[in-house]
Amino acid sequence: MLNWFHRLGSPKTFFEISGRWQVPLLSLAVLMLAGGAAWALLFVPPDYQQGNSVRIMYIHVPAAILAQSGYVMMAGAAAVFLIWRIKLADVAVKCVAPLGASITFLALVTGAIWGKPTWGTWWVWDARLTSTLVLFFLYIGVIALRSAMDRQAGVGRACAILALVGVVNLPVIKYSVDWWYSLHQPASFSLTEKPSMPIEMWLPLLVMVIAYYLFFFSVWMMRIRNEILVREKNTDWVKQWLAVR
Amino acid sequence: MLQVQNAGCERDGRPLFEGLSFSLAPGDLLQVVGGNGSGKSTLLRVLLGLYTDYQGDIEWSVDEAPLYLGHRLGIKQSLTVIENLRWFGVLRDAQVDEVRIDEAVYKLGLAGFEDSLCAHLSEGQRKRVALGQFLIMDNPCWVMDEPFSAIDAEGLSFLMAILQDHLDVNGGIIISTHQPISIDRPVNTLALQ
Amino acid sequence: MNLFIASVRRDLLVHFRHPSEVLNPLVFFVVVISLFPLGIGPEPGQLKAIAPGIVWVAALLATLMSMDSMFRSDFEDGSLEQIVLSEQSTFIFVLAKVVSHWLLSGLPLVLLMPLAALLLFLDEAGVWALTLSLLLVSPTLSLLGGIGAALTVGLPRGGLLVTILVMPLYVPVLVLATAMVQAAEAGSDTIGYVYWLLAILFGSMCLAPIATAAAINVATDQ
Repeated sequence: MLNWFHRLGSPKTFFEISGRWQVPLLSLAVLMLAGGAAWALLFVPPDYQQGNSVRIMYIHVPAAILAQSGYVMMAGAAAVFLIWRIKLADVAVKCVAPLGASITFLALVTGAIWGKPTWGTWWVWDARLTSTLVLFFLYIGVIALRSAMDRQAGVGRACAILALVGVVNLPVIKYSVDWWYSLHQPASFSLTEKPSMPIEMWLPLLVMVIAYYLFFFSVWMMRIRNEILVREKNTDWVKQWLAVR
Repeated sequence: MLQVQNAGCERDGRPLFEGLSFSLAPGDLLQVVGGNGSGKSTLLRVLLGLYTDYQGDIEWSVDEAPLYLGHRLGIKQSLTVIENLRWFGVLRDAQVDEVRIDEAVYKLGLAGFEDSLCAHLSEGQRKRVALGQFLIMDNPCWVMDEPFSAIDAEGLSFLMAILQDHLDVNGGIIISTHQPISIDRPVNTLALQ
Repeated sequence: MNLFIASVRRDLLVHFRHPSEVLNPLVFFVVVISLFPLGIGPEPGQLKAIAPGIVWVAALLATLMSMDSMFRSDFEDGSLEQIVLSEQSTFIFVLAKVVSHWLLSGLPLVLLMPLAALLLFLDEAGVWALTLSLLLVSPTLSLLGGIGAALTVGLPRGGLLVTILVMPLYVPVLVLATAMVQAAEAGSDTIGYVYWLLAILFGSMCLAPIATAAAINVATDQ
């Protein structure tokens, strides 16, 4: 197991293996995104309460799910880097932070757009929107620390520590915000606690969630490949690879 | 007390040093020389375990961690000379009696400055305070990065004397400096490119 | 233990010789508090309603003001690398730094609470709850802030960055503490909040110094 870990942890091996995967993975992701979106926008029946505006759920919910699990994945990579000092894990942490932040931003923006027709206002201090906003700040923290430390020694470890601190706090933040919201609950119905969805509504949602994940992983992988080339630019194998191109 | 095998280190993709193998036995003095930016300070930090991005094996066989004088002296400006010396003792969890601290202050030529804040001392005097840690404790190994800079001629001969004393009690010293070391002991030299 | 006591003493000594670093955040706190009536208007009912929030946000900002300097001078003068080099536990050292930071910034804020409450027309129950909540939370603020301070210690201007890194971590205690004050003002039981805040305090006491010590090891590794 550990052996396999270290082998994949070598930038060169990762670069070669991921090179074979990137095109199929990305095409599958784009295909599913297009298919799922068409399904959700054209064929799903409108909601009896919210009408057509419910369709933004298919953009918003996968983003919100991915925003959180993206942070957990970043923390996972950070832990791998701190424990085994595998440099590839640091590359992974670096590459996933802006990606996760953009997905979180997407979740916030689509949440606001969804809020306009349902709540009549762009922003509501709803429990989920608020904890997503805090999550966005956590991502921003990791990105800001990395760019401030730039090329200083130890930048990778510092960011990894911060990511781990964030992931420990994530559940505490989430529960406290949920609880804060229930304390100040305004008189409006909650969007996200819907009654059980009919199958023709959640099946396209499932497709979209999987498509988001695939897209996320393929972009993450491409970013890692790019970063590997930058970091290993002085090695022979990168020079050879570039010469072939 | 120290075994180094094949130590190498690079910074920003440029090798500072590589394939260094040497050892330090009790009573040895190792002088590290090399031009600016040749990695003298980095080598010392690598040996101490302060800088961890290196290759090779470094093995210490001493009971207590070596004492270290670096570019950053470890002196608090708003504490007095005595307070700073006591802090060095606390750091190493050493029971340092006050008599020994007073003696050190005297030997360091800081008599009369005991209760002055280090912010009010000159650069050379602050360096002497930092050198005081070597006088108040008995750790077997000393690591000194440019201990002679900002030190006057009188201080220099005093420093040579304490180096000699430490070697005489079978201590080990690693020192980076360009100053010729005038002691009646063989000096091993490690030259970095 | 020796290191712990000596380190707290050393920090107190250094700061008593340079009191401005301790006093500035406190002055800042009072100034921010007194700006709100000027901005919102002097109507007591309105001020009273938002007082817990104002006081808490001002206290957070004041704490963050002093946070940046927690390890900075120790890093710059080389004390930090001496700690790492010695075989003493960095965890204990961090805990000592946090305790002295709390003594110099958290505790004075707690003592200023009655004044802040007076300026914002809080009633007696509110004052007690506010003071108690800050007493329970301010150590947590120092503990969590220490992580940010240690992570940015090698940067020439870390102050603003510390705020960005640490603010999200302060959300839970902010929420609980203001809720506690509001509950006290409404005359309901606050013991549940006390338990929660204590739980968070002990949790961060165990975990935060580990992260801070790791960050210090990173900062000196150069």
